[in-house]
Amino acid sequence: MIDVHNDQKLLKTLMADADITIEDALENEMIINMGPQHPATHGVLRVVLRLDGETVIAAEPELGYLHRGYEKMAENMTYYEYIPHTDRLDYTATMCNNVGYALAVEKLAGIEAPKRAQYIRMIVSELSRIMGHLVAIGTFAMDVGAVTMMLWTFREREYIQNVYDRLAGARFTTSYTRIGGVASDMDDVAVAMIREFLDNFEYALDDFENLLNRNRIFIERLEGIGVISQEDAIDLGLTGPNLRACGVDYDIRRANPYLFYNEIDFKVPVYSEGDSLARYFVRADELRESVKIVRQCLDKIPSGPVLANAPKTVLPHKDEVYTKMEELIHDFMLVNFGINPPVGDIYSAVENPKGELGFYMVSNGKGYPWKMKIRSPSFCNLQALKKLCKGTMISDVVAIIGSLDPVMGEADK
Amino acid sequence: MGLEAKLAGDGFITTTLDAVIAWARKSSVWPMPMGISCCAIEMMSAVDPKYDMSRFGSEVMRFTPRQCDLMIVAGTVTYKMSHVVRQIYDQMPDPKWVIAMGACTSSGGMYRSYPVVQGIDQFLPVDVYTAGCPPRPENLLNALIEIQKKIGNSKGRDFQDEKYSNAPKAPIG
Amino acid sequence: MKDKILEIINNVSPDAVLEIEEFRGDLSIKLNPTFLVEVATALKSNAELAFISIRDITAIDWAKRKNRFTVVYNVFSFKLNFRLRLKADADDNFEIDSVTSVWQGANWYERETYDMYGIKFRNHPDLRRMYMPEEFEYYPLRKEFPVMGIPGSIPLPNKED
Repeated sequence: MIDVHNDQKLLKTLMADADITIEDALENEMIINMGPQHPATHGVLRVVLRLDGETVIAAEPELGYLHRGYEKMAENMTYYEYIPHTDRLDYTATMCNNVGYALAVEKLAGIEAPKRAQYIRMIVSELSRIMGHLVAIGTFAMDVGAVTMMLWTFREREYIQNVYDRLAGARFTTSYTRIGGVASDMDDVAVAMIREFLDNFEYALDDFENLLNRNRIFIERLEGIGVISQEDAIDLGLTGPNLRACGVDYDIRRANPYLFYNEIDFKVPVYSEGDSLARYFVRADELRESVKIVRQCLDKIPSGPVLANAPKTVLPHKDEVYTKMEELIHDFMLVNFGINPPVGDIYSAVENPKGELGFYMVSNGKGYPWKMKIRSPSFCNLQALKKLCKGTMISDVVAIIGSLDPVMGEADK
Repeated sequence: MGLEAKLAGDGFITTTLDAVIAWARKSSVWPMPMGISCCAIEMMSAVDPKYDMSRFGSEVMRFTPRQCDLMIVAGTVTYKMSHVVRQIYDQMPDPKWVIAMGACTSSGGMYRSYPVVQGIDQFLPVDVYTAGCPPRPENLLNALIEIQKKIGNSKGRDFQDEKYSNAPKAPIG
Repeated sequence: MKDKILEIINNVSPDAVLEIEEFRGDLSIKLNPTFLVEVATALKSNAELAFISIRDITAIDWAKRKNRFTVVYNVFSFKLNFRLRLKADADDNFEIDSVTSVWQGANWYERETYDMYGIKFRNHPDLRRMYMPEEFEYYPLRKEFPVMGIPGSIPLPNKED
């Protein structure tokens, strides 16, 4: 029988990792488990800490408590059947993952969605970015002590979830995008709801900033904690707001524009201190930028179809399936045997609120992918945790994990 | 818990005592949120100002099992995590109830794969199952009300000592 | 850009490049695994190319006898805003050199590949399993492992009531 908690190798790594010196060492070492069930670890993350009194000498995170076998399942189902699974990757910002996956499959199959569908995808992507950052800021502030923030941010999320309910039928895990477009069109009521939300949201953002930005406890709790230099951040593979807080001006929406981001005017916030407070400010500024992007998209959105016209790859409309013969045959072939993209491998990345979400797909010409690898940003961001926690106190570990903002559904796949 | 359990029988005093104690227990169920994945976000939404859970007496979500009497398992349980969930369940004092929130805990959900436990009732006794992926917060509140009905019908002699004399002790730590 | 990269790699050794592939705008270069670490160092330290960021490491199981596993490295250069894919075959004992000496971030990616495929990376500072428990005997993403798993491979706690 195997013992699930066999920690010998982990403890060996932990004891070997002793490259910092502490002045006035208490000579009082203990090994403490900040276990998978903890109010402040943002999910099921286990961190084993080696402490001298209250100072952390070494920290070793352990993942795998939410490993659900995503990559193995992808090899056994068609590209269409996998769309609901991508929802549950970064479950705080659900539509962004759908958009990333749909773009990857469209790149592999060589089709392109119509312009209206791309604009709708941009709008829901940015609304998801707002949702993801609201959870990040709310839970992060709650961990540091400002409990009100969580209730305020979740109240704002409810308005966006009403919009999702109207657009896609579900308030949380929506599976809204399809290969070749989006599932259903955006009507006038939804547009009015989005505009109303955006107008009220700016006042709410002012409330949040009044509460936190010049709050002395918040700043003293976070300033200078978890500092990472630019070279280390790039070497360790950090992406997203964590990298932009270290001074690297890199955003996939600017560098490699996908959808129609090259037609929209927005700013990418960059701070250079590299500590937890800078990471918070990057996220707070990105909230305002997302509001600007959604407003511009709503003004520029063209009319037209929302699903591409590529019968061999895109599922036809249900009312055509029930009335016309050719569409019925295509529907049957696509659902049972899958789209058959050409042989080859691609990599496609989008800018998720947590970082760079990438899909690497290898196709052998059949309906099921031969291999799918999900490059999840939280997994790569957590690699930096070991280096960031050295020399800090236990309560700072909580602040650092909150500022890195990992989501375990993504990190464990 | 000890005294009224020993007063077995259906006399007037004991049934009134049972009713009062059951009413007190069901009006202040303190949940222990075992928030593992996506359902945890919907559980947090059930506590936010729109779907207020504190009007049912369950605002106090303590993360320590020693103070709770209802465990809401929210999220996919993997084999590696099942030992942790069972250990936390054993640390909760009696009487305790379990809500299996969502499809993943009820039956493995959409994850038919090697590391996912196909239903937590393989290692935990479950009282209420909730459907949905994730269930809407109103659905979770409905599950809470069902638990409250179940507690309201419980009698003191359900928790008699003889039933637990062979029970294993909860592990310390 | 492609010519510059090929020139740098050919400076390391003329028979390092085995195959070049361009599909849908992505460039992938297949390398001889004995020159892997040297090519990686050359690409990172070259001032013009500066491939300083490793984004992902994974492996493909081709389910055939010879050259069963191909390890794929996804590197990125901020300066040129260019993404490159390097591939190298693992040898017959499923081993390959580790690139953690070149990029620090490769540590966890290689551990994950070892956990899922069983490919051992030589000179890795800390090669242990990532997701599955340490004593799990199988490698889940190999093609012969069933999706539902092998019953009894990981224990469940007892249901005592």
